[in-house]
Order: sequence, then C-alpha cells, then structure tokens
Amino acid sequence: MTDRNVVIIGSGPAGLTAALYSARANLSPLLIEGLEAGGQLMLTTMVENWPGFREGIMGPELMTEMRAQAERFGAEILQGNVSKVDLGQQPFTITLGDGRTFTSKSLIIATGASARWLDIDSDRKLSGHGVSTCATCDGYFFRGKPIAVVGGGDSAMEEAIYLTKFASKVTVVHRRDSLRASKIMQDKALANPKIEFLWDSEVAEVQDVSRGEVTGIVVRNLKSGALSDLPLDGVFIAIGHTPNTSLFRGQLELDPTGYIVTRSGTFTNVPGVFAAGDVQDHVYRQAITAAGSGCMAAIDAERYLEGLSEPEHESSAATLANP
Amino acid sequence: MASEKVKTFTDNNFDEESKKGVVLVDFWAEWCGPCRRLAPTVDALADEYDGRATIAKLNIDDNPTVPSRLMIRGIPTMLLFKDGQVADTIVGLTAKEDIARMIDKHLLG
Repeated sequence: MTDRNVVIIGSGPAGLTAALYSARANLSPLLIEGLEAGGQLMLTTMVENWPGFREGIMGPELMTEMRAQAERFGAEILQGNVSKVDLGQQPFTITLGDGRTFTSKSLIIATGASARWLDIDSDRKLSGHGVSTCATCDGYFFRGKPIAVVGGGDSAMEEAIYLTKFASKVTVVHRRDSLRASKIMQDKALANPKIEFLWDSEVAEVQDVSRGEVTGIVVRNLKSGALSDLPLDGVFIAIGHTPNTSLFRGQLELDPTGYIVTRSGTFTNVPGVFAAGDVQDHVYRQAITAAGSGCMAAIDAERYLEGLSEPEHESSAATLANP
Repeated sequence: MASEKVKTFTDNNFDEESKKGVVLVDFWAEWCGPCRRLAPTVDALADEYDGRATIAKLNIDDNPTVPSRLMIRGIPTMLLFKDGQVADTIVGLTAKEDIARMIDKHLLG
C-alpha cells in the first residue's frame, strides 16, 4: 500500500477546508469523515455570520456545499470512524473502526469538539428521554411543553430561541448573573416573551431517573445554596464543548483541558502532524476561524511535504523556517 | 441507496413485527440531521445481519403512537427488542461496530 500524502480526520469546516486546499495543491488528500460527519454546523439552523451570505445560510446546507467543493477538486472523502492512530513513526498509521488502515506522510487533525454534559449522573441516564444536546433534533418532542436550556453562551441562546417554536416556555439556567453570548443573541433572547432566566443557578439533578423520563430539575442557587424544584418535560444542555482528542492522548501535546497544543500556525509537537479547528481552539470556536485554520493546516502540510522531498543536505527544518 | 433488507415499521405493524427474535428499530425523521447520517450504517447492518436479526426503521412523523408509547424523546434512538421486550437502547449517532456489538450480545445471550 502506498503512503498517502495527507490524511485529514474530521469533516467540519476545518477538515473540509483543509481538504479543499490540499486537493487544489495536488496532494490527493483522503478525508475520513467520522461519526458526526459535517461537524457541529450540522446541528444548527441558520448561520448568519458566515461571510458572503447576507441572508444567512442553513448550517447543513453550508456543509453540503463545502463537502461538494472539496470533492470537486479531487479530495477523497471516506465514511468511517478512526479508532486508532500511530504517530510514533513515519509514515503515520490511521486505523478505522472496521479495521481498514491507511498510512500517510502527514496528518491534519480536525476532529472538533463535542457537546459537554453536566457533571451529574442523571443527565446521561435520561439522554433520549428528555435530556438532549441537540435542539434541532429533539425540539419536536416538546410541543406545548415547558423545558429548560442550560448555559449562557451563543449556542445556549440559539437553542433557547429555536426551542420557543415548540415549547410553551423555555427557562434558561445559567451559572452567572449575565450572559456570555454575543450582544445580538442576548438581545434576541432577552426580548423573547417565552424565555425566562434563572441566574446564578445550576442543575443539581434531573428527575426522574426511576421513571425513565424527565419530570423536572432540581436547581441550586449558587449564591444562597438553596435548592428548588422546577417541573418540566425536557432539558437541553448547551454548556460548551469538549475537544475530541482521546485518540491522541499520550502521542501529542495536549493542554490541561484536552485541547491539542499548536504553535506558529497549526504545528503540533510531532513534525508532520497538524491540527485545525475546534480541536485546538478554545478561544474563537467559530465556523470561519475553523475554516481559516483548516486552510493554514493544508498550507503547513504542503510545505512540510515539500521539505520531505528536498535533497538530504537541506534539512526539512530549514525549509520550514523559511516558507 | 437504502438497503431493501431494512424493514419499514409503522404504528400498525409494529407489535406484530417486533415480537419475534432480535429486532433493532431505528426511530428517525426526515428533518433530523444525525438520523440521516446514521442511515447508511443501518443499511449496512441490515445486509450484515440478514436472516439473523431484523433491522427496521420507524419514521416518527408518520407514526407518532409507538414512539410516544415507548417514551422516546430524542432521535436517533435505536431500541433492541428481544422476543418483543426492550432489551437495549442506544441514543444518538453511534459507530457501526458498537451497534453490531450490542446486536451480537443479544444474538448469543
């Protein structure tokens, strides 16, 4: 089996942009989609901050276009889920869940981040029975019913606003006394008559595990410590994301919260391995910044590969230092 | 391309079709992105388990009674029935290998 030039893991904006750029650089990239193909935008509705679409574009539609654009220039896109990588020696080995393996001279990691759950047991136990991390998937089940959204960021506000289409009332439970969401999202949510806010509060428990369905939440006021019951039918959790880096633990430098550490662009601590998008970014986390870093990773990988094919006396390090 | 081996369950045929052997039912809807992503996996499982287990889909928009009776509040959800009883549940997008492992467990057990 011949080694690939570049394998890309992940198919959100970062992965697909890396595929587009490396395909156009004639590197015949192979992109492995992963379980949550298309990434977080597949779970959103209208994306209003992607430049070039003044009226906005639906998240899934944007991802379909990105995928088709990458394919148009020759990127090979594979359905599959990576179960193991070996970054210990060149070429790198990538193994899929079904046993297929690929070897590659360079690797672009764009595995993104997945929704975080609460630090309580009862939310997981009631997943699919009233607790959800996907408003666009599960909002439908709560027509005319009261629900809660946990979180205070942009995603939480987007979910809360979206869910007012179905729910009789949406209560936002947030740990602080002000929102972290952007001004425009805050204004929309605060003005919505169906949305109420519980400030300085966290979910202590989701009830009722013994009945196998959500009947309410126990809310803890973080200032007074007081507990109160809030009867409702559904809980949507939007408290941020955890980077999908378990595959790379022990092989790549990760920060204490699990994000891949990148330097001078998209370089990881292993030469030939690059990281782009939310898997290495806990600051910006936007579709456009993910796409931007996917482009950077493709260019970094291209230069790295050029360095590999230079004559021996020109070290690849020197080539990398003078792009 | 959908596999012909995936059975279509409805509110009407559900009880009859799910009462014998190992039956995996994927509850889905057209508007659910993760459900659409799971579809090829369900197709592949139907081909793989042909003759050994029943792999079926139930559209929750067209058939609201069964999902509500089974207290399904999120999709995709896959329920595994063994001789008519719910024996296992998987909620959300899941790798084919993990679903296969669950089916195998009940085929052997």
